[in-house]
Amino acid sequence: MREVAVVAFAQTKHTGHDEGLTEPELISPVIQEVKRLSGLSRFGFTCSGSCDYLAGAPFSFVSALDAVGAWPPISESHVEMDAAWALYEAWVRLQHGDVDSALVYGYGKSSQGDLREIMTLQLDPYYLAPLGLDQVSFAALQASALGADPGALREIVRRSRADGRANPYALDLPDPEDEGYEVRPLHASDVAPITDGAAAVVLAAGDLARELVERPAWITGIAHRIEPHYLGMRDLARSVSAADAARAAGVGKGPVEVAELHAQFSHEELILTEALGLAPDTVVNPSGGPLAANPVMATGLIRIGEAAQRIIDGGAGRTVGHASSGPCLQQNLVTVLEA
Amino acid sequence: MGNRCAVIGVGQTKYQTRRRDVSIAGLVREAALRALEDAGLTFKDIDAVVIGKAPDLFEGVMMPEAYLADALGGAGKPVTRVHTAGSVGGSTALVGASLIQGGVHERVLVVAFEKQSESNATWALSTHLPFNASLVVGAGGYFAPHIREYMRRSGAPEHIGTLVAVKDRQNALKNPYAHLKIPGINRAMVESTPMLWEPIRYLETCPSSDGACAMVLAAENKVTGTPAWVHGTAMRSEPIFRAGRDTVNPQGGKDCVADVYRQAGVTDPRREIDVAEVYVPFSWYEPMWLENLGFAGEGEGWKLTESGATALDGDIPWNASGGVLSSNPIGASGLIRFAEAALQVRGQAGEHQVDGARRALGHAYGGGAQFFAMWIVGSDKP
Repeated sequence: MREVAVVAFAQTKHTGHDEGLTEPELISPVIQEVKRLSGLSRFGFTCSGSCDYLAGAPFSFVSALDAVGAWPPISESHVEMDAAWALYEAWVRLQHGDVDSALVYGYGKSSQGDLREIMTLQLDPYYLAPLGLDQVSFAALQASALGADPGALREIVRRSRADGRANPYALDLPDPEDEGYEVRPLHASDVAPITDGAAAVVLAAGDLARELVERPAWITGIAHRIEPHYLGMRDLARSVSAADAARAAGVGKGPVEVAELHAQFSHEELILTEALGLAPDTVVNPSGGPLAANPVMATGLIRIGEAAQRIIDGGAGRTVGHASSGPCLQQNLVTVLEA
Repeated sequence: MGNRCAVIGVGQTKYQTRRRDVSIAGLVREAALRALEDAGLTFKDIDAVVIGKAPDLFEGVMMPEAYLADALGGAGKPVTRVHTAGSVGGSTALVGASLIQGGVHERVLVVAFEKQSESNATWALSTHLPFNASLVVGAGGYFAPHIREYMRRSGAPEHIGTLVAVKDRQNALKNPYAHLKIPGINRAMVESTPMLWEPIRYLETCPSSDGACAMVLAAENKVTGTPAWVHGTAMRSEPIFRAGRDTVNPQGGKDCVADVYRQAGVTDPRREIDVAEVYVPFSWYEPMWLENLGFAGEGEGWKLTESGATALDGDIPWNASGGVLSSNPIGASGLIRFAEAALQVRGQAGEHQVDGARRALGHAYGGGAQFFAMWIVGSDKP
């Protein structure tokens, strides 16, 4: 495959509440930032990820084009998925060989609705959605199936929140305290917080990437897989699709120094660590991960951005970024980045 | 443009107001199985699935690709969901083709659908984001002023829209999948229908349809049967609120078509393209897009329509299938254009086949006439 690298990454200072910004206002600063970091003002391809249901109106991505400055008209596409999949589409487009750069962005304001209920609408509309099963409840089913040690989950939350406090872009959340169950066995702190935010990435191919930055984060493997929708057709304690994607991306071909995992519930980190075959010495979610900031539709892209930034900054030589979609980790995308 | 890519299978459902006999999953699976059958393949042979549809509010299912993965044989594979407004069907084909052109996969299933009977599209199109103005008008109310501006600029006589409405419905009578079939359709019939949004009458608009369309795309080494080779692909987008944007003859459309013509080596589209499937949801968009796509000079498109050049027996048939005016499962409408273009160059369009069609244009647009997706397919290997 053609050599393609992440050369710039930017994210908003995510907030746990609505700051009154429109989506273009939310996105514009991060677009400007990656243009400044990469030195590029036009891109061969642009792709974004967002979800109409967060805003409760169709075409939420239409007004986002105002923030991109799509004039003269640009070659552009959009996925109604986490923007990590927009990055995948851009990576594929760069494989054609006729364009050398791509802009990818994603954004979400989950403060505007009730995310728990909204995610119910993602289920099979005939057999599952009418049951009213909400996002935290189906995550709790998975946590129960895993039977995770409560102490291990508590430690994941504590570590994620501490790392988040040290990350200027993540929320400032306290250490978890004794609390009742949100939905047994999950506590409120096991659930990723409601977050508004956006992120952008610039991809560049071959020599252009080398010209733009000293240490491009080369994408040496990227793959995604989905598995059956019905929870009853899956072993919820394992993630077959994450394991398959990790194999296809070549995670196991070398040591992984840092892994940024799209775990929106503490127990998902355990399932994903196992599925990706990560060694005990791999540092997981040093940014704090989704448990410290979860701007829905950008969270997966941020995982890839954070993993890439470790390489761009010279702090690591081989990292993994992971993104997920669908109920109980139904769909997973794995990216391997190398110096 | 990357590696060669070809269409080796096409599948469509019958388009109609309500498909009460199938679920959403049943609808997309019907189209997918027909495309696979056409290609002589099964789900097992497919490397990846790309799903497209217009806003999720149209059915009330958020990110339905999660739920549809099973019905489309997606488990264990990469599944991608595309959404680029009304152009999404076209974009879905292009994202699928890109996977092959980029050398990532060898056989890709692309599927697009809308099941409009599950909800109310005009309502879904009229809600708005907080702090943004609501147009509360649906698509027809949005595009009617653009059409009036076209009439003012070009001096087109008022009956041109009627001619398109009649011509496309006559074509639909020859298409077994078309939704609107109006035997004896004529100008008087169109002109007798109510005015919805001046100058658009009821029979000058597209219907609301349930339906799905699917294609199997293949890399050169997996091509079987009679392929439709992809000669060019392009997407363009421009901002909806940019001051000074020409919404009647958008720059994005001109740039997009220039890009596909360049890739396909087309310099005189009227002469070199044999048939075009163009997204015409309101009758007047035929003359408007004739100009935007370079088939006629500025202000001259309506003369081409009036002369009969775009009829099935004209020198450049547009929408031989009956087009969006005859079938409109919104999210699929763009993919149907792309698929019908492929059927024409494969010589498999049946009664609405344009004799000797060797090169065809598929076109889709969306949003406020700001998103464009196009491809050119041909019977010859590029």
